[in-house]
Amino acid sequence: MAHGPAKGITRWLYTTNHKDIGSMYLWFSFAMFFLGGIFALVIRAELFQPGLQIVDPNFFNQMTTMHGLVMVFGAVMPAFVGLANWMIPMQIGAPDMALPRMNNWSFWILPFAFAMLSSTLFMEGGAPNFGWTFYAPLSTTYAPPSVTFFIFAVHIMGASSIMGAINIIATIVNMRAPGMTYMKMPLFVWTWLITAFLLIAVMPVLAGVVTMMLMDIHFGTSFFDAAGGGDPVLFQHIFWFFGHPEVYIMILPAFGIVSAIIPTFARKPLFGYSSMVYATAAIAFLSFVVWAHHMFTVGLPIAGELFFMWATMLIAVPTGVKVFNWVATMFKGAMTFETPMLFSIAFVILFTIGGFSGLMLAIAPADFQYHDTYFVVAHFHYVLVPGAIFSITAGVYYWLPKWCGNMYNETMGKVHFWLAFIGLNVTFFPMHFSGLAGMPRRIPDYNMMFADWNMISSVGAFLFGAAQVMFLYNVIATIVGGKKATAEVWENPEGLEWTVPSPAPYHTFSEPPEFKSSH
Amino acid sequence: MSGGTYYVPEQSRLPIWASFGLFLTVFGAANWINGSSAGPWLFFAGGLTFAAVLWNWFSIVISENMAGLNSPQLKHSYVIGMGWFIFSEVMFFAAFFGALFYIRTLALPWLAGEGDGGASSELLWPGFEAQWPLMTTPDMAVNGEEALRKGPEQSMSWPGFGALLGWLPFWNTVILLSSSVTVHFAHTAIKNNNRKQFNIMLGVTVLLGFIFLILQAEEYIHAYQELGLTLESGIYGSTFFMLTGFHGAHVTMGTVMLLIMWLRSVLKGHFKPDDNFGFEAASWYWHFVDVVWVGLFFAVYVFG
Ligand code: HEM
Ligand SMILES: [Cu+2]
Repeated sequence: MAHGPAKGITRWLYTTNHKDIGSMYLWFSFAMFFLGGIFALVIRAELFQPGLQIVDPNFFNQMTTMHGLVMVFGAVMPAFVGLANWMIPMQIGAPDMALPRMNNWSFWILPFAFAMLSSTLFMEGGAPNFGWTFYAPLSTTYAPPSVTFFIFAVHIMGASSIMGAINIIATIVNMRAPGMTYMKMPLFVWTWLITAFLLIAVMPVLAGVVTMMLMDIHFGTSFFDAAGGGDPVLFQHIFWFFGHPEVYIMILPAFGIVSAIIPTFARKPLFGYSSMVYATAAIAFLSFVVWAHHMFTVGLPIAGELFFMWATMLIAVPTGVKVFNWVATMFKGAMTFETPMLFSIAFVILFTIGGFSGLMLAIAPADFQYHDTYFVVAHFHYVLVPGAIFSITAGVYYWLPKWCGNMYNETMGKVHFWLAFIGLNVTFFPMHFSGLAGMPRRIPDYNMMFADWNMISSVGAFLFGAAQVMFLYNVIATIVGGKKATAEVWENPEGLEWTVPSPAPYHTFSEPPEFKSSH
Repeated sequence: MSGGTYYVPEQSRLPIWASFGLFLTVFGAANWINGSSAGPWLFFAGGLTFAAVLWNWFSIVISENMAGLNSPQLKHSYVIGMGWFIFSEVMFFAAFFGALFYIRTLALPWLAGEGDGGASSELLWPGFEAQWPLMTTPDMAVNGEEALRKGPEQSMSWPGFGALLGWLPFWNTVILLSSSVTVHFAHTAIKNNNRKQFNIMLGVTVLLGFIFLILQAEEYIHAYQELGLTLESGIYGSTFFMLTGFHGAHVTMGTVMLLIMWLRSVLKGHFKPDDNFGFEAASWYWHFVDVVWVGLFFAVYVFG
């Protein structure tokens, strides 16, 4: 087998190495994070004051749509796949992913897909403007012509996700070091196994629903058209059958990351390992039977409202188990607060706030007030920003020394954390209030009564954005130079990845390592 | 592959080209659909690129296997990969079956005034009645001959036991079910190292696949020309053609896959009693396509 990386650009184009591919996924995700961030700042700039000042309403709608799509499919999902690529083989003692060529294929589809999606901004009629949830008939009868490109972009990024997920399952099922039974796998591996299952189950459903849109728009079918006997609500059912598991696809790997970091800096083994595994599986299972909580106000029968309300509330139980376990892990631990730990603790606290607002939204009669207001926007940004994004950030700080062999600048990491922490709370906490007061989402102009909260939100958003530039600088500075990291990097961290030198060799394990577990 | 007990392939040009081919295909398709004259060219260029890459890719995988490079572990990865790929296909069809069931059992009765929204039905679609197959669309109920969304003149439904033998979907069912049996016999044959039997049984399977496709084409022509049943025939036409159409596309894929396996065996003597996963994967796919058909047969035709 080749021992070092090839030279030049072809190293990246033709690679079959999980570390190269992981890095490409992470850089791609970072780029999309900034692109989606720019869209968000356009939104926040427009909403800084009531009235229309910067962009016209149609372009505003394109920004909300593209922001959501780019962040969900371009930033969060590829970041987790990047981390999976880097860490799963190392954590289970494998030389690489199970299907290395397909791995590179999964990655390279993404730049093409997002180039195509982004190019719609320059097309006649503009980019998709119907929201990241692309409800019919907005996305069919009333859509701009660029919707066709959007549909095909979704198709190929779905293919990428499915192949990525198949690869991850094959790797975990088939490549574990001898002695690593399922119940001894690191939780990041466990959560990714379950996430991969969710991906394979729901990405094809997304492909199905965009195909129906394509047919309705161009080939005369009536799936979402009541005149022909179809139903626009059918769109919402199929979309959310994908969509709700999708939000868990964006959070389960996050659970795995913080479950790795908290024990290291609390210097205690993770509390309740097996309950973590079962809770993850329970959440994944339940995620298939709660989708209509996004549709409480479309006119579901009362039995449907009740079923989806109770099923949704049930999810809070396994989620609560997890939060309890993280807190119990820290309880009486010898804690230190390095950057990854700061992000992880913030994760636990702020994700829980997002979970609570989720519970409020789950109450069907209450949701009639909250639905389609900024309260929903506050909810999902609390689970996604300090949830998904913070966990990814924590993971990057935690594993970066292992990847490149250098220690990042701790002071700058801490400053990044506090700016991001303050920025996001200033941005999103006021949205709870403007939402409860009745401010609708996805509008470029609003009533004077919402002006104060919006101005605060906009200031916070720019602060959060600035913090991320600092992150970028810190990462690059670490890769270029910095204090050398030891093999263990941290104090007695658990896991096979810490048994190899930093930076980890190009092919981490060429023979199955010996695995001893401490729990 | 020196040292180590793990398999890691060398660098490969395949993935980037596959991505490029796939991109060009869909980019061309989108341009074509949106009326750009470059569309078809891009589409076919992309399709050709993609097909060429896949051809190469499979050839390389096969020759690696013949050269003994594939460890049992890697072979097992291919098995897992194929299994989960089929699961993803199951979920793709689930979306369309789900749409069918939802429309039939919930949406149409609601459109006709059942449930809490009764009054709005009276206002929007007065006179519309739920039925399946949906021959009279809401549009027709309101606008009569002026309607834009018309139902079919006739449907593809169950003709009764008396007419069973003259009913094409029945024969298609017989054909596909038999082909599942023959492909299974082919599998046992290769496991028993009976090459002749393998070739015959696999050949028969491919033939049955072709016959199915011809009959299905026949049925579509019949639907379009005589039954007034088209893709545009309201929700009945939508679900009918999308379900049977995607199934047909999968049968085509499966037939091509099995045909290639057959050619590999007949021309090159590929597959061994204990090493035939290329064929087995194709046969799994075939069984899957068969199961989908049974679902279709009942949901779309018999109870349709
Ligand atoms: C305790 C757990 C949770 C509960 C009970 C819950 C409940 C809900 C409910 C009822 C809604 C619909 C609100 C409405 O539109 O009126 C909603 C929206 C949403 N939730 Fe959650 N949620 C939970 C966790 C999460 C997590 C972990 C994520 C993602 C990481 C998430 C992401 C979202 C998103 C993106 C939306 C809005 C989608 C849209 O309309 O654009 N939620 N949630
Ligand atoms: Cu949900």
